[in-house]
Amino acid sequence: MIAQAASTFVPPEVQWFALVPLMVVLGAGVVGVLVESFVPARARRPVQTVLTLGALVGALAVLVVQGWQWFGPEGTGQVLVLGGSMVLDGFSVALQGTILLCAFLAVLVVTDRTSARQDAFAPSAAAIPGSEYEELARRRGLEQTEVYPLLLFAVGGMLVFPAAGDLVTMFVALEVLSLPLYVLAGMARRRRLLSQEASFKYFVLGAFASALFLFGTALLYGFSGSVRLDGIARMSLTVAQDAPGLPEGWVLLWLVGILLVLAGLLFKVGAVPFQAWTPDVYQGAPTPITGFMAACTKVAAFGALVRVVYLLVVNAPPEAFDAVKAALWTVAVATMLVGAVVGATQTDVKRMLGYSSIAHAGFLLVALLGFNAQGVRAVVLYLLVYGVSTVGAFAVVTLVREVGPGGEVVGEATHLGQWAGLGRRSPLLAASFSLFLLSFAGIPLTAGFIAKFSAFEAAVRGTPYTGSATALVVVGVIASAIAVFFYVRVVVIMFFSRTVEGDGSTVAVGAGSAEDADGRGATAEEPEPHATQQGTPQRSSVVVAEGAPAVTVVRSEWGSLVTVAVAVVTVLLVGVFPQPVLDLVDGLTRLG
Amino acid sequence: MDTALFDAAWLLVAIPLAGAAVLLLAGRRADGWGHWVGVLASAASLVLGLALLVSLLGRDAADRVVDVDLFRWIDAGPLVVDAGLRVDPLSLTFVLLVTFVGTLIHVYSVAYMEHDADRRRFFAYLNLFVAAMLTLVLADSYLLLFVGWEGVGLASYLLIGFWNHVPANASAANKAFVVNRVADVGMIVALMLMFATFGAVDFDTVHAGAAASTDTALLTALGLVLLVAACGKSAQFPLQSWLGDAMAGPTPVSALIHAATMVTAGVYLVVRSGPIFTEAPVALLVTAIVGAVTLLFGAVVGCAKDDVKKALAASTMSQIGYMMLAAGLGPIGYAFAIFHLLTHGFFKAGMFLGAGSVMHGMKDDVDMRRYGALSTAMRVTWLTFGAGWLAILGIPPFSGFWSKDKIIESAFAADGGHGWQPWVFGTVALVGAGITAFYMSRLFFMTFHGERRWATELTAGDREAGVPERHPHESPLLMTAPMVVLAVGSLGLGGALAIGGGFATWLEPVTGHVEHHDPVLPIPVIMVATIVLVLVGAFLAWRQYAAAPVPVVAPRGSVLTRAARADLHQDAVNENLVMRPGQYLTRSLVYGDKKVVDGGAMGVGGLLAVLGAGVQRLQNGYVRSYAAMMLAGFGVLLVVVLTVWN
Repeated sequence: MIAQAASTFVPPEVQWFALVPLMVVLGAGVVGVLVESFVPARARRPVQTVLTLGALVGALAVLVVQGWQWFGPEGTGQVLVLGGSMVLDGFSVALQGTILLCAFLAVLVVTDRTSARQDAFAPSAAAIPGSEYEELARRRGLEQTEVYPLLLFAVGGMLVFPAAGDLVTMFVALEVLSLPLYVLAGMARRRRLLSQEASFKYFVLGAFASALFLFGTALLYGFSGSVRLDGIARMSLTVAQDAPGLPEGWVLLWLVGILLVLAGLLFKVGAVPFQAWTPDVYQGAPTPITGFMAACTKVAAFGALVRVVYLLVVNAPPEAFDAVKAALWTVAVATMLVGAVVGATQTDVKRMLGYSSIAHAGFLLVALLGFNAQGVRAVVLYLLVYGVSTVGAFAVVTLVREVGPGGEVVGEATHLGQWAGLGRRSPLLAASFSLFLLSFAGIPLTAGFIAKFSAFEAAVRGTPYTGSATALVVVGVIASAIAVFFYVRVVVIMFFSRTVEGDGSTVAVGAGSAEDADGRGATAEEPEPHATQQGTPQRSSVVVAEGAPAVTVVRSEWGSLVTVAVAVVTVLLVGVFPQPVLDLVDGLTRLG
Repeated sequence: MDTALFDAAWLLVAIPLAGAAVLLLAGRRADGWGHWVGVLASAASLVLGLALLVSLLGRDAADRVVDVDLFRWIDAGPLVVDAGLRVDPLSLTFVLLVTFVGTLIHVYSVAYMEHDADRRRFFAYLNLFVAAMLTLVLADSYLLLFVGWEGVGLASYLLIGFWNHVPANASAANKAFVVNRVADVGMIVALMLMFATFGAVDFDTVHAGAAASTDTALLTALGLVLLVAACGKSAQFPLQSWLGDAMAGPTPVSALIHAATMVTAGVYLVVRSGPIFTEAPVALLVTAIVGAVTLLFGAVVGCAKDDVKKALAASTMSQIGYMMLAAGLGPIGYAFAIFHLLTHGFFKAGMFLGAGSVMHGMKDDVDMRRYGALSTAMRVTWLTFGAGWLAILGIPPFSGFWSKDKIIESAFAADGGHGWQPWVFGTVALVGAGITAFYMSRLFFMTFHGERRWATELTAGDREAGVPERHPHESPLLMTAPMVVLAVGSLGLGGALAIGGGFATWLEPVTGHVEHHDPVLPIPVIMVATIVLVLVGAFLAWRQYAAAPVPVVAPRGSVLTRAARADLHQDAVNENLVMRPGQYLTRSLVYGDKKVVDGGAMGVGGLLAVLGAGVQRLQNGYVRSYAAMMLAGFGVLLVVVLTVWN
């Protein structure tokens, strides 16, 4: 009996080498946890920094070697890990590389304590905001260095997500990447209530989305008897050929299932109607984490989305395909328009970047809906460009600070009115930020233009089978035009408007948004829920009133500086000389 | 070894570019030593250029066109452009002119700009200019040439407005910039035509395509738009108005950019595009006409200017007119155009540096009516300027004689020596030489000879007569040394290159070999007539400006004099023909834009704001409504899916 079982069970090949980057990242995360226990408090920070950055660089290095070996000139092609639970093809390797790169840049921002000598995280995240314990922790100079292992665990999940070959692996990866992010989002040093609220919202809604995803997985399993993407695809092809013996309406199972799975993934990429968390969480989370989340999560989630769409949706029975395509078109149009239109009314720079990220999700969906190889390439390129410039943009946000009543540097000055005249005071910083914004807007000679162009081009081409998505591109161009408005508005504010100080005619906002200098966070005077305040018409003015705290720009220790510099160089280089990057993406991107 | 050297040709551009980058990025830290970085960068390019020259001379004439591929620049479907350099006799001639004169002027500027707080920035721009100019001449495609073309335009703009705290200088820079945009449109249209017709923008394909094409109308159009580009850059009629104002820049800039190198880029463009112009006789004829008109125009303007730099600028315009005329004569004239360009680069740069030296000693005064008798006070300046003066007059054996005389001869042989062209162009060139002699002698005598119209100590009478107080002195060695070198060039370069037709042969791989036609007049007659006219012109100038006293305040003068002082009213023509209608047009457009476009945009914007605020209201911060929204949204999607499916 046992012998018989042994003979029928073929153990899947693990492919340990393929797992090295993942093991490096997760292993470093585990070591990081140990560091928290065994290394003296004073040394933790440098140790964690070196460990985290080292792990990311190491993983990236191994990934490059793997990429060369598998997809180089004499490449051996894609690698199936554990018999196909993970599929390492050029596409996933490209996205993993992007994730590691963006994570590296984001961690540089996380480590940066700036000239204010404080990082962005609460001294003791577990303390109740405003409590005596918090005050004590702050005075003792505690630091929450658990941030680093949490980041590494999230990166680990992100690395698996776009490579997952079955829905269960995908779900596990989804949770592994999400859980640390929920925690990280609640760890801001300033405006702690806002931060904790963001964390809670993110968690509840994320759990909701996960449930949708899981339910969809169950339905698809019911449909095909497999959780493997290729297995489900094979089954739907069979259904398409009207295979005998299937009950009437069997396709309905697939339809609802795929829609639920897509909903779970669309939540992660921040697409309408699953976008509501994005602005609140982006605003509330500590800014370095927002940058990390905005860049890396989007890359990972789009990777998974592309895999599901290109393996499951494309291979659907024709009429079912049209139905899902219609749903995705609806989502793409709504996402682009909501991102652009609502983004234009924002007055908080982090919320604005949040809506910008929603709009970008829409543009990425357009590329995806070309349903061709070019679309995949465009998605990879777009994610790379978007990710790097997003990390850079949030790094800039971390450096623009408010000054407390005693002249000490406190939290970030996120109200757009506070950015007035930044171009005069810190021309380089403002120029970098403008460059990122122009790249987001897709102005030629920036990387954003190349990315958006290839995305739209892919959609216009389409395929003979699926048709061209020209109408979608028209909407995309209109949404881009609207979005240009709010990007350029920030440039105008920074460079062409005078610093408003003591102008009594302006609307009173911003007063009280600076919390007391000791970092306890504003407590009683802020009504809850915080985001409600954002919706009031008052906020539509970008002018800051008298009594608003003064704004200063802190000097980066070095991390943010490096990140901004790398992002600027990338945006310009890809914008002016796109060919090498295009070639790299072309060479890598072959979906298995 | 040989190819390795050519592969390193990109360093010609990279070194000065790196110099500019270092100077601009290092900021105030580099104030103490930055200028020497600039000098070194330029000198390094010169050394590399010389090495390339030696290497190229060691090759057979047939192998002297070397293409150096750098990288694939643009790969956009049907448009593929490789960035590459072409090292051939023509580009190398320019490289050596730019780097040699450029290095001398860098050295000169070290002293000239010594007391300027922004000297480092000045050198950064100079280096930027050298890099851009070398890109322009070394490019192997029109697109890369255009990059350099814009680069020199930028450097020119930055340097004309270098002292932009004076509003006039800033507006002079703007004027140069705007006029050059007109030229750029020509260049851009040319690029489009090339791509549309030949599917490429590199020299090889375009020139081969032009040679094979039978569509004369198209080639004529191509030639004419290239000519528009050339006219703007080279200050040729009718786009010449910016050059006089460009003298607002520091004098070394006038010498390098607005006399010796950048302004000759138009001539380079025409000669480089020879294969196109050869197939388009009409474009060629227009080029010659433009050259002839500008030649006279500049000469007439030069006769009336009292500002020493503006007089020199008018002369530059006129001399480039000669080059354009030569280039417009077709293959027969290309080599002479470049030859004159080369000699002109030396003697005109020398004279500009001389003028700078005079200004240096005269408290930056540029009014020649307040100079006079400076030959004793500034001996080196006088002698070196004298060499340039004799060269531009075309007195044998000075450089200008060899090159200008060839152009006049060729003009008399225009159109194969038949019809009206040789007579018209020849006469214009001949008369132009006479006028040139008059106004350059006027400039020379007014500055260095005659009575002095300044005083070291003012008397009451002097004050009343408007005589200024000056203490002229010779300039430091760093300034005089480059002037001496250029003077030597003005004296010997022409003869050295012309004897035995060496220079024309050197250029043959680019310009092609052509049989020369006989001029309509015998060559000795032309030569003698030229020299006689030149002597007459110089004598008239001597009688009026050296032998007779020159009033310190300019007399009212005749109608012609007044017109010439006002640049023959070119600005007024421009203003009435272009600026006013343009302003009217823009005003009506602005009105329309405000009413229609802005109104529409604001309406849409307002609508969007309302819409945004509406959607925003959904963003109420309550997690329960977010979750409800997700569910509702999913419901909508499900409805969409099921509707489409059925």
